Amino acid sequence: MDIVQLIVSGLANGCVYGLIALGFVLIYKATEAVNFAQGDFMMLGAFITLGFTNADHMDLPFWLSVTMAIAIMGVLGYLLDFLVLRRMFGQSQVAVVILTIALGFVIRFIAGAIWGHEPQSLESPISGIELRFGGIVLGMDEVWIIIITLVLTGLLYLFFARAKLGIAMQASSQNQLAAYYMGIPVKRIHSMIWALSGIVATIAGILFASKGSIDPSAGLLGIKAFAAAVIGGFGSLPGALLGGLIVGLVEPFAARYMPAGYSQIFPYLILIVMLVVRPHGILSQIQTKKV
Amino acid sequence: MSLLELKNVTLRFGGLVAVNDVSFNVEEGEVFALVGPNGAGKSTIFNMISRFYKPAEGEILFVGKTILEREPHDIPRLGIARTFQNIELFEQASVLQNLLVGRHSHRRSNFLTDMLFTPGVREQERVHREAVEHVIDFLDLQPYREKLIAGLPYGVRKVVEMGRALAIQPKLLLLDEPASGLSVEETQDVAFWIEDIKKVMGVTVLMVEHDMHLVSAVSDRVMALADGRMIAIGSPQEVQSDPAVIEAYLGADDTTDEGEAA
Repeated sequence: MDIVQLIVSGLANGCVYGLIALGFVLIYKATEAVNFAQGDFMMLGAFITLGFTNADHMDLPFWLSVTMAIAIMGVLGYLLDFLVLRRMFGQSQVAVVILTIALGFVIRFIAGAIWGHEPQSLESPISGIELRFGGIVLGMDEVWIIIITLVLTGLLYLFFARAKLGIAMQASSQNQLAAYYMGIPVKRIHSMIWALSGIVATIAGILFASKGSIDPSAGLLGIKAFAAAVIGGFGSLPGALLGGLIVGLVEPFAARYMPAGYSQIFPYLILIVMLVVRPHGILSQIQTKKV
Repeated sequence: MSLLELKNVTLRFGGLVAVNDVSFNVEEGEVFALVGPNGAGKSTIFNMISRFYKPAEGEILFVGKTILEREPHDIPRLGIARTFQNIELFEQASVLQNLLVGRHSHRRSNFLTDMLFTPGVREQERVHREAVEHVIDFLDLQPYREKLIAGLPYGVRKVVEMGRALAIQPKLLLLDEPASGLSVEETQDVAFWIEDIKKVMGVTVLMVEHDMHLVSAVSDRVMALADGRMIAIGSPQEVQSDPAVIEAYLGADDTTDEGEAA
């Protein structure tokens, strides 16, 4: 029955990858920039929560810490766009890519300076409990990660389908010029999208740090999530989640049935195959611009 | 008071004077057309009214108030809607969704009530949907209501864009070459709609158009531009027979290079 365990732990990992990938895609769809610091956002969000709630740091109540971390990361995302990226408007995409890579390094070292480079676990109410059904042992944390990701996906779906802000975000990512003349403040919407992806990254970080430990280099997970986003179809929100789940599921199975060490290769192997076979990803909206 | 007033507006791109000391008024309830050869500055004037460009000199007033301090996204809320020469639609959305985005500046709701879909929000949705359905009926877009823009023929997209601008319920509608790329029949439909937009909906229209048949058929007044300057203003007949206009289109005499025909 270890298949069930492998599936559950793969899905839980996949949810975290999927949420980071979602952050990539949100920003890419709206602003056509790729935020390579998305993984580091995840790590920073996790460390802020950990810094507030862990007993050897500030020892605040868990939910208060989560709320504050989400708020801080949202504001940080907004300000990053407002103060830095808005000034880069009109620059080449490469400049934005380099900027976000550098930003990732900065975040990594700041986190190391504040919270240290040792791996730490988030003291969250969902970690460390086991569920037993017959012969199956499931980590409560993993089950919760899947549930929370499902709820968050549902909320995001409602947000983009119903909320004025969500629809404005979709509109500005499809056509900025048209969005302006429908009365949508496109620049502010871009900052809001950075805020939203900061928030999603924080939730991913909290989930990640609840199920294992986190250290400042955990942000490098972002590269795997980037692969997930490309596999799912860069530019598709459901695709990002799907890509995350695929990568997450493949890993534990590769680790179980392949020689040691191969599991880390698999996400990138799928990425390469996908780029050859279907370069737009699984759920892409293929759109060739007519001239 | 005129609905829209441009006073001595000048815009330069580097050394090129795109619009040179242009003044005109658009009165409420009229159809006003801007004509002129390519590069005369017509679209540039549109882009200044939409706050895409800021004039170097001069003033633009809408209902007596300057709009030069406004952001582009404030323009629809003031009551000015526009279409684009090259059609700017939300490609991955349906016709209905495109038109509903036109209602954005009328939407008064917050994040929480939207997410909970409260009765108040539902009521508002109904009002917006009704306004949009009215436009769909008006422009005969019923067969395309649920279709994605990406799959629609050019002529239909052109109409959808006009519909989306009307969904804003503007006081002033800016149409940037509404007939370009359309067949003769489609152009006749456009003429018919512009008439109705003026008469039935009571919306003032300012348009840029090359098709002189359409311009003559629907415009109350016409202004001709060449090289960024106003060269004639008046009824369509007056402007078409104006010697300066004929010269701008056809060239002054045999020694000059052949100008661009309309």
